[in-house]
Amino acid sequence: MNQSQTYNDRVVRQFAIMTVVWGIVGMLVGVLIAAQLIWPDLTHGIAWLSYGRLRPLHTNAVIFAFGGSALFATSYYVVQRTCQTRLFSDALAAFTFWGWQVVIVGAAISLPLGKTMGKEYAELEWPLALLVAAVWVVYAVVFFGTIMRRKIKHIYVANWFYGAYILTIAVLHIVNNLSMPAGLWKSYPVYSGAVDAMVQWWYGHNAVGFFLTAGFLGMMYYFVPRQANRPIYSYRLSIVHFWSLIAIYMWAGPHHLHYTSLPDWAQTLGMVFSIILLAPSWGGMINGVMTLSGAWYKLRTDPILRFMIVALSFYGMSTFEGPMMSIKTVNSLSHYTDWTIGHVHAGALGWVAMISIGSLYTLFPRLWGVDKMYSIKAIEWHFWTSTIGTVLYITAMWAAGLMQGLMWRTFNDDGTLTYTFIEVLKRTEPYYMLRLLGGVIFLSGMFFMAWNVYKTWQSAAGRSKAIAIPQPA
Amino acid sequence: MSHEAIEKNIGLMAVLILVVISLGGLAQIVPLMFRATIVEPADGVEPYSPIRLAGRDVYVAEGCYNCHSQQIRPFRSETERYGHYSVAGEFVYDRPFQWGSKRTGPDVARVGGKYSDDWHRLHLIDPRAVVPDSNMPAYPWLAERMVNPATVQRHMRALQRLGDPYSDADIEAAFDQLVGVTELEALIAYLQGMGLEWTGQRAAASATAGGRQ
Repeated sequence: MNQSQTYNDRVVRQFAIMTVVWGIVGMLVGVLIAAQLIWPDLTHGIAWLSYGRLRPLHTNAVIFAFGGSALFATSYYVVQRTCQTRLFSDALAAFTFWGWQVVIVGAAISLPLGKTMGKEYAELEWPLALLVAAVWVVYAVVFFGTIMRRKIKHIYVANWFYGAYILTIAVLHIVNNLSMPAGLWKSYPVYSGAVDAMVQWWYGHNAVGFFLTAGFLGMMYYFVPRQANRPIYSYRLSIVHFWSLIAIYMWAGPHHLHYTSLPDWAQTLGMVFSIILLAPSWGGMINGVMTLSGAWYKLRTDPILRFMIVALSFYGMSTFEGPMMSIKTVNSLSHYTDWTIGHVHAGALGWVAMISIGSLYTLFPRLWGVDKMYSIKAIEWHFWTSTIGTVLYITAMWAAGLMQGLMWRTFNDDGTLTYTFIEVLKRTEPYYMLRLLGGVIFLSGMFFMAWNVYKTWQSAAGRSKAIAIPQPA
Repeated sequence: MSHEAIEKNIGLMAVLILVVISLGGLAQIVPLMFRATIVEPADGVEPYSPIRLAGRDVYVAEGCYNCHSQQIRPFRSETERYGHYSVAGEFVYDRPFQWGSKRTGPDVARVGGKYSDDWHRLHLIDPRAVVPDSNMPAYPWLAERMVNPATVQRHMRALQRLGDPYSDADIEAAFDQLVGVTELEALIAYLQGMGLEWTGQRAAASATAGGRQ
């Protein structure tokens, strides 16, 4: 069969497998740094294993290596299926795969060596940041090029979200990384002080909004209807959801800078838009969950669908929590505490990881031409370890964060502070234990997945062949 | 125009997406660049001396911002503990800004002068020697690593290109100030200057009296 008559699933398979690999690596680093907060001398004297260098590696690995690979894999799969055409260019798609892997390996070497921009989630130094930009532009060419070659007139909803995520991340990454090189692995941002802070959190918040939300909503809009075998609940809601979400997200960044030296008007603007953001976020959640109407019974037997619905529930929960924490009064308590870490992980483990895992379990058998994953039992186990791990993690961090916020602001009758900083830290330790346990449980589920993927691949050996694009009769 | 037109035209959709996502950033970032209180130094705030710049680079490289903030909020619970709240004019030479987002350790925006150099030396090499319940990592390697004067000069030149007011003479003179300096000494010099420059704040003594670190 002519190549142009089949889908390019090779690059999808590559990214899908690396999602599992980088998921394990990134979460393993997370478990290590969670342990270091309890036993600070765990890696005593080994500079490249110190907490301050590994924490950026953890965040970069789970967001860009694990999450990024999942987004590449699913977006390449979805755009081909919904446009009924092969990817715009196999060579360029292969460049995005290998380029992205070089970025990740580069991060895994340079961050532990202390080569960092020093801005959260934008730590990669300028040579790697340039490579990210190059890969991203090629990604946009492949994705939009494929849409332009589509055989279907309408552009499917999932592609709107993937498209917005690709374009916006390009803008955010380039603007936030503008800097003056001062050596091969050192640079200084063109912005300084409060301006740098505003640019960074405009980037940081929308890395959440577009990388970790819009991209994964694209995943949701394809794989939830696919797995449930039902149409999306409301097409009109998709339209409203899409435009309001991407417009409002971009204004919410300053809520990361409440009560700082950023001007008050910017903080208030950030707060107001963050609260409004609840509406589109829940609109999307409702659209996903209600897609199951008439098919609820499937949740009893299908752990993959359960992954997706629990992911949407965590999405709804953390997009309620976010606006609440952006209210200045609440933020005055929650900011700088472990509550923020809990909030992030409700989204990252509960939403991002679980929707990715569910989608990948749908994807792998199709990529290898088999009916289903090797072991449904292992998916069940993975589901429960993910859910229990996430719940343990976030409840531990909520409790820790509330306690820290309250203790830091407790006064004696004579107006002096009641607790020293170190007293509060000491009280946090049990919660750090519980968080570590939650993380280990979540990570253990990833090993079920790796085993299951391996066995599925083995059982499919030789059967995977290029899948034909449906041709008009 | 019905939405259907957008759904069938990827060029139109991409343009509309770019318009919609650009507004927030333009409205929130651009005005800051023209506000004097944001981009001009507060009274007394000067560009970092070569040794403090070297120390700041160590602070960034070791990822101290992952656990320490440099931004005191205007609450009594914060000013009692850390000193006068932070103002934007104190940060105009901070590239990158290091306000942080999490306090696993205390804020360090005004830590300068609160402890002796010896305390910092002991604390950085073995935090639990001076604070038994601390969970800060130990940084023994900082005492063994030398600051490279030529590298710091190169860094100063990059900052000069960005408009920070270093003169050629400042950069020239930096070399001799940095010969034989360890990363530990540079970091301590950086920390010991934290929050002391701005002359507009109430005297550090009254702000910290009764405060507990």
